[in-house]
Amino acid sequence: MIAKIRYAVKRKLLQIIAFGCSNAHVLNFKGGKLYTGKWKQFCNPGLNCYSCPAAGFACPIGALQAVNGSMQFTFSFYVTGLLLAFGVLLGRAVCGWLCPFGLLQELIHKIPSPKLHLKKGFLYLKYIILVVFVLILPVAVTDYMGMGKPAFCQYLCPAGTLEGGLFLLAAHESLRKAVGALFNLKMAILLLTVVGCVFCYRFFCRTLCPLGAIYGLFNKISLYHLEVDSHKCIGCGKCKEACQMEVDPVKTPGSPECIRCGACADICPTGAVCLGFSTKCGKTLP
Amino acid sequence: MDNPMNNKGKLPIRAACLLTACAFIIYGFARGEAGVVLNKAVNICLECIGLG
Repeated sequence: MIAKIRYAVKRKLLQIIAFGCSNAHVLNFKGGKLYTGKWKQFCNPGLNCYSCPAAGFACPIGALQAVNGSMQFTFSFYVTGLLLAFGVLLGRAVCGWLCPFGLLQELIHKIPSPKLHLKKGFLYLKYIILVVFVLILPVAVTDYMGMGKPAFCQYLCPAGTLEGGLFLLAAHESLRKAVGALFNLKMAILLLTVVGCVFCYRFFCRTLCPLGAIYGLFNKISLYHLEVDSHKCIGCGKCKEACQMEVDPVKTPGSPECIRCGACADICPTGAVCLGFSTKCGKTLP
Repeated sequence: MDNPMNNKGKLPIRAACLLTACAFIIYGFARGEAGVVLNKAVNICLECIGLG
């Protein structure tokens, strides 16, 4: 029984710790200030807006757009290198175990409601958002000084509205006076995300998150990986039923949608599914 | 169905990716990209909060 709840408990604990470490400066909420220390030059592995008063690190997607759209640079080796390192080491385990916005989505999904499946076509939307809003627009659309704007943050990101916008607007009257159509658009996206997350598990993570799209590309080669022992697997299909990301771990252990939550490993009656940095299971199913 | 390489086959790819990542991070840091990140992160990002 202890083995069966192990991944679920371990993951939830690590998610809470990661959320706390990413947002340690809670006293900044009073007065609506931002943490301005040197740690903010480093990127959080998960999605966490750097305009959240409590944030201690930079958001990797915001940082990527900021450098790519800056006057000095058109490509960020620094942020790309960090994403490459996180991706090769952990893949989408970052989403499942370390992402603060992922934890928020899971908590929202606990609101009682009918739970819906997501059509496969929606899963590809995040790749389009990554290419168009994160990689192309900040570099291609620039002002007279040659500076681009972070298009994903500006038009889409609900994490910025939730973690930064609402708290900062509550604290600063001058910011409240600047509210306009753009803020209303972002509030509508935030509302859509919250409603989507109530009905669909990790709605934003699966459909809109460009960071999830990046890490998903590394799932086939990441050091932290999932394996299925072909000798132990009895083909009962319980792992597929348990997967809230709607992945079949037996057929696609390296699926870009798998967030390495371990629900499949927890439910497997024969212990055929393994997660980890080293190979514990032995032979992987072809 | 996936046809994943075994872990031995993935080792060179992982090593190459990690080496590239380290080189990118060092080069990016050396040419001052971390300063741009810091400058963006310590000021209120109006775009991020829906005002920019």
